Amino acid sequence: MAVSRRGLMATAAALPFLMRAEDALAQGIQPKRGGTLASIVNPEPPILHVGINNQAPTLIVGGKIFQGLLRYDPQLKPMPELAKSWEISPDGLEYTFHLQENVKFHDGKPMTADDVVFSIMKFHMEVSPRARGVFARIKDGVAVNPTTAKFVLSEPFEPFILMFDNTVSAIVPKHLFDGQDYRQAPAVQKPIGTGPFKFAEWQRGNFIRLERFEEYWKPGQPYLDAIIYRVVPDSQSRRLALESGQVQLTQSNDIEPFDVPQMRARPNLEVKTTGWEYMGPLMWMDFNHRVKPLDDVRVRRAMTMAVNRDFIAQRLWFGIGKPATGPFHSATRFYDASAKAPAYNVEAAKKLLDEAGLKPNAQGVRFTIKHLSLPYGEVFTRLGEFLRQSFRQVGVDLQLESVDVGTWSQRTANWEFDTTINYLYQYGDPTLGVERSYVSTNIKKILFSNVAGYENPKVDELFKQARDAADPKVRQQAFSEVQKILVEDVPLLWLMEMSFPTIYDKKLNNVITSGSGVHASFDDVFMA
Amino acid sequence: MELSRFPAYLAGRLVKAAIVVLAIVVCNFFLIHAAPGDPASIIAGQSGAADAKFLEQLRAQFGLDQPLYVQLWVYLKGVLTLDLGFSHRQQASVAALLWDRLPATLLLTGAAFLFAIVIGVTMGALAARRVGSWSDSVITVLALTFYATPLFWVGLMLVLLFSVTLEWLPSFGMMSVGVELSGFAWLLDIGKHLLLPALTLGLFYVAVYARLTRATMLEVADQDFVKTARAKGVPEGRILRRHVLRNAMLPVITFAGIQAGQLIGGSILVETVFAWPGIGRLAFEALLARDYQVLMGVFFCTSVMVVLFNLITDLLYAIVDPRVEVS
Repeated sequence: MAVSRRGLMATAAALPFLMRAEDALAQGIQPKRGGTLASIVNPEPPILHVGINNQAPTLIVGGKIFQGLLRYDPQLKPMPELAKSWEISPDGLEYTFHLQENVKFHDGKPMTADDVVFSIMKFHMEVSPRARGVFARIKDGVAVNPTTAKFVLSEPFEPFILMFDNTVSAIVPKHLFDGQDYRQAPAVQKPIGTGPFKFAEWQRGNFIRLERFEEYWKPGQPYLDAIIYRVVPDSQSRRLALESGQVQLTQSNDIEPFDVPQMRARPNLEVKTTGWEYMGPLMWMDFNHRVKPLDDVRVRRAMTMAVNRDFIAQRLWFGIGKPATGPFHSATRFYDASAKAPAYNVEAAKKLLDEAGLKPNAQGVRFTIKHLSLPYGEVFTRLGEFLRQSFRQVGVDLQLESVDVGTWSQRTANWEFDTTINYLYQYGDPTLGVERSYVSTNIKKILFSNVAGYENPKVDELFKQARDAADPKVRQQAFSEVQKILVEDVPLLWLMEMSFPTIYDKKLNNVITSGSGVHASFDDVFMA
Repeated sequence: MELSRFPAYLAGRLVKAAIVVLAIVVCNFFLIHAAPGDPASIIAGQSGAADAKFLEQLRAQFGLDQPLYVQLWVYLKGVLTLDLGFSHRQQASVAALLWDRLPATLLLTGAAFLFAIVIGVTMGALAARRVGSWSDSVITVLALTFYATPLFWVGLMLVLLFSVTLEWLPSFGMMSVGVELSGFAWLLDIGKHLLLPALTLGLFYVAVYARLTRATMLEVADQDFVKTARAKGVPEGRILRRHVLRNAMLPVITFAGIQAGQLIGGSILVETVFAWPGIGRLAFEALLARDYQVLMGVFFCTSVMVVLFNLITDLLYAIVDPRVEVS
């Protein structure tokens, strides 16, 4: 009896937390209309049109202006957005979306299935490299009637259903783009979407103001009158703005990880690290396989063993993020917990390097490599220093090179590095976000391709099998096998499953309600 | 000065200035393009996904697929017709981007400039007047402190005191956003936002002017004409104002000319710490994003200003000091 009662209490305690994702009403808090939310955007986006520009700040601000057909919960299950329901034919080829009624664009024109077909088949196909790769598989896209859009694939593609978030394929107004150069159309400067907030004002270098869209399709929503994103380039000034209440919400890289513990300690602030499951960012150190001795699997394994990944997650990122276990982010579908990269073990690492014939010289150095630091702020500088110390223990001399973003982008893309740091989104499905870093067909002089130059025919084959299979069971099998091979080969040194702190005033409700967190439209966010 | 020679002198100087500015434009062009990376690779990097077609599209749109000399020629032609080009990254003309930032920049640098000259020269004159006294020591120590302290640290400390502890002034931005203000309330709001950044930026120059004024005044005070004036029985205050200070102004004007030339460039550090929407930050962000056109636009405007203020300073010498002639 006592046991079951305790179980009951635990369930009751967990409930509000679970319910928050569904509906704030269920918590007994009545949503309140009104109020202006002040937040921060950093760095300042160059333009606000998602699709034309897909940088993180653009997607966060643009996410309030534009909506996709679907949203995804933290387990990546699709939820209705502009599509109120959808069907997938049993052969996995036909996707039919039934749209919400009375949806209007901010210029007052109705949104119909025509706009949906145009957005997917033309707009994103033309401007977005990520969408293009997948949407090229659509054989036919038609507007069956004004509220029904149907897409027929040339062959089954299971992760297709994950491609309809507003960060990937936002619905744009056909009447403002059709027949023009999409990148230079006037609507790029004055973004028009279906979202709960419309673009009002942008004083460059200062702030972006979004206003409540009165004709939004959800009755009574959004609750907020306006959202203001202020541009604050200095991280300490951002922290101050949050602490002093001048802004009520920060996200992404706004607050440095080492400032987060103090934010957690403030009674009026809430710190969340959820809301990045859909992106699933994984951070690693790239080995350039063309550089000796990094082509030797024993060396890569030894270097993996030399790094204490727990330390990185706990001491450098203060618990925002988890140590990586392998090539898949644990929130990504088909993650296999049994496939684990070599664990932290300094002695074993030294032994492996001895076996590889790399003996230390008089100074205790076995070999020297140059490390191209990722210029994304203070914490990445600290990571570089930590890696240098870690490798030093096993006799590998890591020399740090500091560069700016432009130089880093070019040198990484052109394979001009020994090792470097990078983090990539996995977009929920390994075919969408993992495959690109390991298959030999993607060894290209382009960022986010297989710049390390890793080649393994078996890995190529398994990723292809998983890509082409319609059956999730078959895919799981292939992905499990590929994870086992990859943790043996360690083509990259996986460091951390990243997350980013979303910090907000406790008066705010419903800030994170999906797997893409602050990128959501905020139509349900309100101030109590 | 002979007035008849003045127009020819001015014309000559202006022609020289134009050549200098043109040379600067060409140098800037090659320097900027020598930096690794281009705007397309940076946008690709920040988008988290890219393919060859994407990069090709961007480079064609930005005109980067043209040979370098063609790009230079296109840019020079633009500059000669006062067209500073177009930022494809931001989908806006460079002139519009600069124009947007100009008021904020001039407000900040102008306020700091005036503050620095007035306070600096006053402090320097006071110190020189009672050299060796305790007030001289206090001013000298203060000036040295302002001179030696890094700007960003001063900024952060001011914020800590006035925004966090006392809660008197906002810590960032140029105005309150989301409230409708007009007239006096609007001015007061901007003034409150301006105070800390202008103070931070100005303190360094206060120190420079104070030290400069004090040193030159002491030097002038030893000269014979001052002794003569004193022997004639001219009151001490008048000697200081009419004879010493006026003669000590030349180096101050020289330095003010240099500072004025930088007015339009803004200050990256202060603008960053206080989130002030000025040109310094525009330039810095353009540099990081390899937004070539914007960066060259900023460089062009600042070089024009520097050349222009050099000219004005030279003319000013002639007015302040009748011994200097234009020739």
